[in-house]
Amino acid sequence: MKYILLMSGTKPGVQSYVAWTQQDRDAHMAVLQNITRELTTSGEFVATQGLASPQEAKVVRGERGGMPVTDGVFPESKEFLLGYWIVDVGTPERACAIAGRISTAPGPGGVPTNMPIEVRAFASHPERKA
Amino acid sequence: MMVDRLDAPIEHLLRELAPQVLSPVVRRFRDFGAAEDAVQEALIAAAAQWPRDGVPANPRGWLIQVASRRMADHIRSEIARRRREEAAAEEAERLALPVEEATESGEDDMLVLLFMCCHPALTPASAIALTLRAVGGLTTAEIANAFLVPEATMAQRISRAKQSIKESGVPFHLPTAEDRAQRLRAVLHVLYLIFNEGYVSSAGPQLRRADLSDEAIRLARIVYSRQPEDTEVAGLLALMLLTDARRAARTGPNGELIPLAQQNRALWDRQQIAEGIALLSTALPKGSVGPYQLQAAIAAVHDEAARNEDTDWPQILALYELLQRMSDNPMIVLNHAIAVAMVHGPEKGLELLRALDSDPRLAKGHRLEAVRAHLLERAGDHEAAILHYRNAAIHATSLPERNYLMLQAAKLSEMRSTDS
Amino acid sequence: MKFILMMNARKADWDEYAKWSKEDLQRNVAFMRAFSKELKDSGVFVATEALGWPSEAKIVRAGSNGEPITDGVFPESKEFLAGYWIVDAESPEEAYKIAARVSAGPGRGGESGNMPIEVRPVLGSHADLGL
Repeated sequence: MKYILLMSGTKPGVQSYVAWTQQDRDAHMAVLQNITRELTTSGEFVATQGLASPQEAKVVRGERGGMPVTDGVFPESKEFLLGYWIVDVGTPERACAIAGRISTAPGPGGVPTNMPIEVRAFASHPERKA
Repeated sequence: MMVDRLDAPIEHLLRELAPQVLSPVVRRFRDFGAAEDAVQEALIAAAAQWPRDGVPANPRGWLIQVASRRMADHIRSEIARRRREEAAAEEAERLALPVEEATESGEDDMLVLLFMCCHPALTPASAIALTLRAVGGLTTAEIANAFLVPEATMAQRISRAKQSIKESGVPFHLPTAEDRAQRLRAVLHVLYLIFNEGYVSSAGPQLRRADLSDEAIRLARIVYSRQPEDTEVAGLLALMLLTDARRAARTGPNGELIPLAQQNRALWDRQQIAEGIALLSTALPKGSVGPYQLQAAIAAVHDEAARNEDTDWPQILALYELLQRMSDNPMIVLNHAIAVAMVHGPEKGLELLRALDSDPRLAKGHRLEAVRAHLLERAGDHEAAILHYRNAAIHATSLPERNYLMLQAAKLSEMRSTDS
Repeated sequence: MKFILMMNARKADWDEYAKWSKEDLQRNVAFMRAFSKELKDSGVFVATEALGWPSEAKIVRAGSNGEPITDGVFPESKEFLAGYWIVDAESPEEAYKIAARVSAGPGRGGESGNMPIEVRPVLGSHADLGL
């Protein structure tokens, strides 16, 4: 079963990440990259993607005069997707266990960030026979 | 590895030969994992060279030679690492000798491979991946594509499967007579899982995507040809054919799900249906009726009905009652409830569903809700049906299912608003 | 350059979607399918996924003893990702144009839904992240 594990953050949250020491950021990324490697070894990895800073985000609502209507203003509390993992696992519990691991990624001073990781099932692919 | 679209006859030939090459190499060198790797390399070499140079006069011999040389290289480098140079030189010479093609063992190598790849020590995902590779002759990329995972991930699953086999010390022999029945069940189960996975969405443009249902049928045919007396083998093959026969009618132009009752039966494959029924006709009278035969028989009753309203539901109900005695699979219980509803009225079916409310295997899913909604609709309780269709939609695990369930709710909702 | 186009919706929006009429549902399904095909035919398609209902969503945090702590309660204001497309476009402007097309897709009553589609560059395709 395929699940997507979503890592999100607010703009202020991302701004404080930018203020971490390079060492802390490297340690953080190293743990996440390690998890990706482990998932490949265990045969559970499907995909991972990091998204650019929320500074780059735009919301598009339809068109006016042939041009997309874009807006770059968001409330401070809005959560932005920062990155995700897609995994193919045997049980929902396993998906949550992996999410738990991601959540332990260290923050400033090596303290686990305990960030909330959202776990969602996929709905894309057709299922069995009729 | 990007390969230009391979010549179809060569591709088919390589798929057929793959297991026929693997077996003698395993017997000769006694290392299943390394042999499988060596055979893969030989197949890749063939895929590159044969379109250019032509298919050799003895393609199987060619592949065995190349694979054996790879094995020899592999062993030679292992020995060099252990620095026993003299022994290494002698070993290398000995190993370079051509492998007798006719490494007759008196055993059916195809079956041995299948039993090995479906060994109970493996997880279902591992067994599926390894079976498709070693017996099906599919490339790792093709299997990855079929399961919509990256190639590296699938390669790891296969690697871990081979590791499990090594660790469990499975010998390259047919299982003993006492293990045979259980091991054959494991093989049938893996093939059944592959068949079920065969219902996938459209794949990417480059890699040729092996149709898993077709592959499962092909492998089931191989098992049947080796064990024609085994009625459950015949039953599984019949079930696959009778189910696959409806494939063209199952999806609409927008990818939407079309349930059995609404399918255009002119699109069903009559030849597959005939073959499935013929298989059942020889198997059932033998008297050792098992779950696959029963499921196939149910599929046959559906497939024999010219129109939906001609379906012999009493027969289907009788078959589900037999099936329920053999298996406590909740899907069977659900389908039995539908059959009861069709014969004795929706209220009776709904009663049976209430018993399932406490079954943890069904609690969080959408199927129980979907069946309940369907029966409530038949019973005329549209308000409740709408509620349960929507609840089922929320829990649906695929988009076509979710869309279908939401549409059912919407249709009923419309009817109610026009009535009022 | 790769961009992700995300469709987010709050629980209330999902609940409303569940009550759409038959015609609106069918029209939307057909539109989405045609849209994906269009992306594939024009060579910009990278990936698309639809996600499960938010009632199934879990938030997971690392527990103190290594066991994950799961939670399924969310504020009404939370936006849930419904699905996304990843496209390989020449520029952000092209990505916004693509997003505008899906945003204009038919919603309730066949009118353009004018759904807000969030567009973000995917890391790895952008040299300067401003970090």
